[in-house]
Amino acid sequence: MTITINNKEVWANPGETILTVAQREGVHIPTLCYLKNLTPTGSCRICVVEVEGQRSLVPSCAFPVAEGMKIQTNSPQVRRARKTIVELLIANHPQDCLVCVRNGNCELQKLAEQYEVRDHRYQGERRKAKIDLASPSIERDPEKCILCGRCVRVCHEVQNVGAIDFVRRGFHSTVAPAMDGSLNTIACVFCGQCVVVCPVGALREKGSQKGVWEAINNPQKHVVAQIAPAVRVALGEEFGMEPGSIVTGKITAALRRLGVDRVFDTNFGADLTIIEEAHELLHRVNHKGVLPLLSSCSPGWVKYVEHFYPDLLPHVSTCKSPHEMEGAMIKSYYAQKVGIDPKDVFVVSIMPCIAKKFESQRPELADEYQDVDAVLTTRELARMIKAAGIDFAKLSEENFDDPMGESTGAAAIFGTSGGVLEAALRSAHYYLTGKDMDQIEFSSVRGLAGVREATVTINGLTLRVAAVSGLKNVDKFLEGIRTGDSPYHFIEVMACPNGCINGGGQPIPSDPEKVRKRIESLYAIDRSLPKRASHHNESIIKLYKEFLGEPNGHKAHELLHTEFTERGVE
Amino acid sequence: MQASDVYSKYPGNDPSVLIPILQDVQEVYGYVPEEELHNIAKHTRLPVSRVFGVATFYNQFRLTPLGKNVIRVCRGTACHVKGSLDILTTLETELGIKAGGTTRDGQFTIETVACMGACSIAPVISINDEFFGGLTVKEVQKLIASRRAEKSE
Repeated sequence: MTITINNKEVWANPGETILTVAQREGVHIPTLCYLKNLTPTGSCRICVVEVEGQRSLVPSCAFPVAEGMKIQTNSPQVRRARKTIVELLIANHPQDCLVCVRNGNCELQKLAEQYEVRDHRYQGERRKAKIDLASPSIERDPEKCILCGRCVRVCHEVQNVGAIDFVRRGFHSTVAPAMDGSLNTIACVFCGQCVVVCPVGALREKGSQKGVWEAINNPQKHVVAQIAPAVRVALGEEFGMEPGSIVTGKITAALRRLGVDRVFDTNFGADLTIIEEAHELLHRVNHKGVLPLLSSCSPGWVKYVEHFYPDLLPHVSTCKSPHEMEGAMIKSYYAQKVGIDPKDVFVVSIMPCIAKKFESQRPELADEYQDVDAVLTTRELARMIKAAGIDFAKLSEENFDDPMGESTGAAAIFGTSGGVLEAALRSAHYYLTGKDMDQIEFSSVRGLAGVREATVTINGLTLRVAAVSGLKNVDKFLEGIRTGDSPYHFIEVMACPNGCINGGGQPIPSDPEKVRKRIESLYAIDRSLPKRASHHNESIIKLYKEFLGEPNGHKAHELLHTEFTERGVE
Repeated sequence: MQASDVYSKYPGNDPSVLIPILQDVQEVYGYVPEEELHNIAKHTRLPVSRVFGVATFYNQFRLTPLGKNVIRVCRGTACHVKGSLDILTTLETELGIKAGGTTRDGQFTIETVACMGACSIAPVISINDEFFGGLTVKEVQKLIASRRAEKSE
């Protein structure tokens, strides 16, 4: 059908909303409560447009197009209405932009600027609410909340967790957990997808920068940093670089400028994870162990099982996640090697994830000391680099330190959904046949869909595998395991849609196009490396020879494997 | 009716029965206890946050038990003109609770209502099913004292 937007005729499909058509035509309409692919609520009204023949302005995100419709997206009436909406939103908003973590990156702030709001025309009564600071991962500040509901929809519709919802009504409305509880004591998995979609500073990560600065400034402490695969293709965005820019060497340089003593690569830990996990898989397959094996790299996903499917915990791989494995190796193998008391070693992981903050505090992830002392998100590292006055874009690239700086292409793709699975298959093939596969790339487990499946036959052994991301997608697999008719051998699950690359700690705002570019860069890193399977990592081979002994052996189990806790949903 | 009867009355895994279940559970207890919010969540397969959200959205649902004496203060226009705000603050001070709250001993609950339709005898309050009109602050204090005395008898 044909409709007219701002006096220009454009083509539209029946059933599409005005907003969808406008976006395709490059007509910008501001949005707040709108989230692509999720139920439109039309609640914030900032996307209102004028439609000829309609009595009042209509919300373009929820209003379907009709043949011959005439739309104005930027008329004086529309602009006036939008300005009033912003004025009303800020009437009830704390005026503390200067000290807000989202200062300079806030959608409400941008709208106030765009619609030339220059004074507080309405001085509304303020909502008084306590900040929920109890969890190690997420802070919730209801006074800053503008009730757009994006977090609620992500939590219910994408993650199927439902930790928070709208509570009460009218002026007293808030977004809160059941019984007005704390995120720390309810069934929240800390995936942080709510933080990524929050347009303002109402949901944010629990900051760990202070502790890291203190460790850096403490001469007693030997600070060791490690960076996750997904961070190196995302951090550049925080400094105005193109999405997908590969900035591995610059991060290494920046960390040294910040005063970190050693910079290791979590990709080393990822290779180590593959050695352990591939052996665990083959052991379970060959010894009629509990199958399917479920991956355990994603701490949001692990907590999800602990809350909602505790009966399936025996399916979860006992492997610690890569950065925890690496933390354990730093405080044992590395500390021994360089003769430093592990109590003086401070391990900081830079992760695309905020669930990792909770994970790092798990009591079972410690030997004598916690394996990892602090977790910074990609965003937090960017803030520290800016605070230190480092011109990130101008840094020349530097390499990682030995002995945990070497990694393979298999580790690089850990950062995207399907990567762990692909990496595990590359090594499983080697362990079963004694040689590498000719075709090392598994295109069937790649892609942006929430679920990808494959059947692989190696040496007569047929493996059914799947890669799942976004927790809503995993339920049918888990129900299948419960009823006993799951045909799978291995299922990789990442809590966040598309995996770590779109994690709760990544640059804000995120959008599917940016995510796609970051993923492409991870595969490009994989292709660029001479070694593309974890078992070829020389430093790992050396680690087993000098320190760990056999994969899945006694010492490996003690240091690289963990156990899980049954948690309720109440 | 018992709480268990409520759950057998409605099919499981069906979010659309949430409001009727909440109503029936309130019928059983006089309010919706926290434990039942969790049971309702399990029965409907809804997250407990959603059950709590719905229960707090509608004024008809109470999450705390009502006191033995439910005092409703009319805050309609006529009563307001005739000093119902003084009546309300007197009650709040006497009982040490705010409108919507219940005393710790479970004896009194104060609620406000928009209009009772008895404007000719404003200001009006009701205690359970009994109505009192043309009230003064003094009379309200006496009323409370006599209800307290009934309790200790």
